[in-house]
Amino acid sequence: MLEIKDLRASVEGKEILKGVNLTVRPGEVHAIMGPNGSGKSTLSAVLTGNPAYTVTGGQVTFGGKDLLALSPEDRAHEGLFLSFQYPVEIPGVSMVNFMRAAVNEKRKYQGLEPMSASDFLKLMREKRAVVQLDNKLASRAVNEGFSGGEKKRNEIFQMAMLEPRLSILDETDSGLDIDALRIVASGVNTLKNRDNATIVITHYQRLLDYIKPDFVHILYKGRIVMSAGPELALELEEKGYDWVKDSMDN
Amino acid sequence: MTDNQQFIAQAANEEYKYGFVTDVDTHVLPKGLNEDVIREISRLKQEPQWLLDFRLKAFAHWRTLEQPSWGQLKLPPIDYQAISYYAAPKKKTDGNTGEMDPELVKTFDKLGIPLEERMALSGMAVDAIMDSVSVRTTYSERLAELGVIFCPISEAVRDYPDLVRRYLGRVVPYTDNFFAALNSAVFSDGSFVYIPKGVRCPMELSSYFRINAAQTGQFERTLIVADDDSYVSYLEGCTAPMRDENQLHAAIVEIVVEDRAEVKYSTVQNWYPGDKDGNGGIYNLVTKRGLCRGDHSKLSWTQVETGSAVTWKYPSCVLAGDYSVGEFYSVALTRNYQQADTGTKMIHLGRNSTSTIVSKGISAGHSQNSYRGLVKIAPKATGCRNYTQCDSLLLSDTSGAHTFPVIEVDNDSSVVEHEATTSKINEEQIFYCNQRGIPTEDAVGLIVNGYAKEVMQKLPMEFAVEAQKLLSVSLEGSVG
Amino acid sequence: MSALSQYIDLYRNHRDAFHTGAPQAMNDLRGVALSRLEVASLPRKGSEDYEATDLSSVLADDFGVNVNRRDFDADVAQAFRCDVPNMSTNLYFCLNDRYHPSRTALLHDQGGVVVETFRQAAHKHPQLLAGHYGRLAGLDNPTVALNTLLAQDGLLVYIPDGVTAERPIQLVNILTAAMPIMAVRRLLIVVGREAHAKMLVCDHSQLTTTQALALQVVEIVAMENSTFDYYDLEESTATNRRISSLFVDQRAGSNVLIDGITLTNGFTRNNYRIEVNGEHADTQLMGMTVASGRQHVDTHTFIAHNAPRCHSNEMFKYVLNDEAVGAFAGRILVRPGCPRVEAYQGNRNLCASPEARMYTKPQLEIYTDDVKCSHGTTIGQLDEEALFYMRSRGIGIDVAHTMLMQAFMSDVIDAVRMDLLRDRLRHLVEKRFNGSLASCANCVSSCKTPN
Repeated sequence: MLEIKDLRASVEGKEILKGVNLTVRPGEVHAIMGPNGSGKSTLSAVLTGNPAYTVTGGQVTFGGKDLLALSPEDRAHEGLFLSFQYPVEIPGVSMVNFMRAAVNEKRKYQGLEPMSASDFLKLMREKRAVVQLDNKLASRAVNEGFSGGEKKRNEIFQMAMLEPRLSILDETDSGLDIDALRIVASGVNTLKNRDNATIVITHYQRLLDYIKPDFVHILYKGRIVMSAGPELALELEEKGYDWVKDSMDN
Repeated sequence: MTDNQQFIAQAANEEYKYGFVTDVDTHVLPKGLNEDVIREISRLKQEPQWLLDFRLKAFAHWRTLEQPSWGQLKLPPIDYQAISYYAAPKKKTDGNTGEMDPELVKTFDKLGIPLEERMALSGMAVDAIMDSVSVRTTYSERLAELGVIFCPISEAVRDYPDLVRRYLGRVVPYTDNFFAALNSAVFSDGSFVYIPKGVRCPMELSSYFRINAAQTGQFERTLIVADDDSYVSYLEGCTAPMRDENQLHAAIVEIVVEDRAEVKYSTVQNWYPGDKDGNGGIYNLVTKRGLCRGDHSKLSWTQVETGSAVTWKYPSCVLAGDYSVGEFYSVALTRNYQQADTGTKMIHLGRNSTSTIVSKGISAGHSQNSYRGLVKIAPKATGCRNYTQCDSLLLSDTSGAHTFPVIEVDNDSSVVEHEATTSKINEEQIFYCNQRGIPTEDAVGLIVNGYAKEVMQKLPMEFAVEAQKLLSVSLEGSVG
Repeated sequence: MSALSQYIDLYRNHRDAFHTGAPQAMNDLRGVALSRLEVASLPRKGSEDYEATDLSSVLADDFGVNVNRRDFDADVAQAFRCDVPNMSTNLYFCLNDRYHPSRTALLHDQGGVVVETFRQAAHKHPQLLAGHYGRLAGLDNPTVALNTLLAQDGLLVYIPDGVTAERPIQLVNILTAAMPIMAVRRLLIVVGREAHAKMLVCDHSQLTTTQALALQVVEIVAMENSTFDYYDLEESTATNRRISSLFVDQRAGSNVLIDGITLTNGFTRNNYRIEVNGEHADTQLMGMTVASGRQHVDTHTFIAHNAPRCHSNEMFKYVLNDEAVGAFAGRILVRPGCPRVEAYQGNRNLCASPEARMYTKPQLEIYTDDVKCSHGTTIGQLDEEALFYMRSRGIGIDVAHTMLMQAFMSDVIDAVRMDLLRDRLRHLVEKRFNGSLASCANCVSSCKTPN
């Protein structure tokens, strides 16, 4: 589904990713862990096409297509979804209008007619339930005045609406209390099936108790330096990132 | 806090403590302004021909201009023929020993200005200017070892004519405005600073301006050049005796900042503001401008304005270099019948240049306090950023606070933000202080100092303490 | 010949025609207006209050004035069929500078609400004209003096004390001519004590090649505890010039909303001068401009708080594309002895092309200490982060731009206090942003010219 080969990227002239390789197949959950500044968020930004980042080398194919050649919106249409670490507030744009535009743009890309207003509202209602998002929030402007937890739930709600093939959850656990974490994680698990895949980017093992990864990768200084099964996350939790640093830097 | 209270208690009985007159013999030119007077000033200062020509051209231009009237200011017409344009203490130094006239030393001691080397601990080089001439510059020799030039501009004309000639009038041409033309014609002295490439000036440089003689104007001129990769922090302070006539101060400050150089220019302006009925006081009509010519150059203006009957002053930055930075931090406190019209211009010509403006006005009594400013982003100055915050605090219902910014943006990649608020002092804060046993007047001092803190923090340490005291003293009797 | 003197000569040469049939109140002021104009000079570009606008060149063309008041079309109501979906208004037309009621307007009497031309009012309500005409519109502004000199008629709107006009009053201004003309328009609106009304003025032009100038003056008196909404929507063409000056006298407890919207135009200068003369008055002054091509929109506002305990809120928003020029100069004055005034002024602008220009001058002038006043202005671009967030959800860049620009305008649109107009505006602004709003094609009033 997703194949990353020797991906290099920089921001403001500074190279952050120095040759990342990763393969994700349908039905898999991958966790990417790493110390601060290792390039985790850069990877998600580059995959989704954030214009602030420059790709300096490597290839990414997604569903057989050259992902890096697509605009951010077409990457979304192809089924790539990012749950942002810091979801942006967009005053004046209501959640309803925002999601309707997103859903219908995707349908247009797929050659489908726009969804009728009533079908759309029904879909909104249905998907809201997945993350227990209050109707009041759904009628407000995008993320405006949302608490940290509400913003993260809103991200997963959007994921439910757009039914992506590959979801990247960028530090979705940061700033969440234990209840919100459960709601978000159960939302993600509900949406999981044999045909889609998930990349969980996280600093801590905590989220992985709720979203069970098939593979755990450790990103350090712009490269994936270790890959293994779920046990790697536990080992990391126990030994700390210094263990990675020590074994890599010596 | 206790320091503050002590100081207020001590200062409770003083009005304007710098209002004494020094009894020194002064050489004063007869009143009036004409070409002969200008030739005489030039002759007294033994100036080269090119400088006399510069003065005469400026004078000819000045005669074509009218005294401007603007905005909210009420400036009575000034009789330019009733002013003497040159006054110099006769006995500057004792011919043999190089020692200063003890009266002068006393004057500057009274003002708290360290003129003697024994004040070395204060770590400040001082150029003291009394009326029209520089009377003493300290530390020149030590600075000279680094190649830093810090001397009266009249000496610089003699010793470094090429440097002065290259920069004089480049940033503020005599055609700039009425008072700039007048200054260019009659300027008598001021400071000249040159920081060579790569030198970080190790001490604060400071000018101290004092108007002493009656019925004279002061027209000093300051020129600062910071060459590539250099740094200097420059301080300026001013006082004048209490006289019931109005006296004119029309200065020019020009600054040139080259590649990656940085200049910090701080002013504590405490010219005599006139009495409580608005009689007397200095007309402070000053043109200050810096040219950030080099890429990554930086100029920062910080001013605390508490003096003068009328202030007209807009320290400005022409941001010509790419990535150049301009800053303006100002506190202006007016009371009685003072009028302050101050602000800045940030002219963005270089790409990715940024500017910050923080202006805090405090109006008491019957005073009028205005912020007037311009932020201009030229078409080719892409990626520029400006942030402006102008706050006004009103301490009486007979005072006025005004905000007049002009913003002009000529491209689509720059961002300009301006925010301003006007309100009275927060009564809940005063009550809170009262409840903790702090009398209202002290509370106002505290709150105003807190309000001005953002700007005060930009001042060099020694100055900040002075400025803070000055604010508190100026507030005495402003409440209620 | 200078821009002004050609019109002074026009007046002198046709003095009788200007005076004949015009109400006494209008003729009485012409002498003063003339003497002001004789010594007036038009402000130059860059002078105080005219940073971005050269009035001389706007007035320089030799515009014809319909001195002899010829009708272009005897039955405008017939010619311009107007059907506002679901919005019933009492509709009036102004063709250049001649006023005509629609049939529906004549049918709906609203508790004594008066809408009639000055010429009619001179007989029926002479005291209203005599008492208020020219009282607010200061002749020190040369364009107001010019209007006062040349105006031959106007429309009086009077809401008697205690009356609520259920149906909004709508005035559709239409400029049409085969040669360059100047339409000299005048409105006088008196809203009585405890009276409530809303008015919508739609400014249209059908001219695509001919230059035309609409020179208008609006005077509004809002008496004690009245409520009045005034929406002014301009959808004209690139050859259209408009100089409009609106004056408001607000009495105690009155609540006035003024909303000036420019969606398409050529050159526009809008002056607003609001004098708040009574306590507990509430003022909302709103405006928005969407400009592209070489559109030029210059707004000048002045709110004077002459009484304590009042509240005003001002917000103007601009989105500038192509080579459009926007200017905003706003001043809030709180006079001495007016405590507890709260005034907010905002001006937010988006420059969306490298050639667009924005000039802004927000000003506060405060002479009372117990006030809360602030202003804020920004000039910038769409939020890059928001744009990327939307694209990452699959929303194309053009759609995302439109949505964000629409969102930028939303608070001004939301301030509209007529539900149907608000919905309609939202739709119009969206169309304007996505480029499908042709000039005058589908405005709020959907007025159509058959054949």
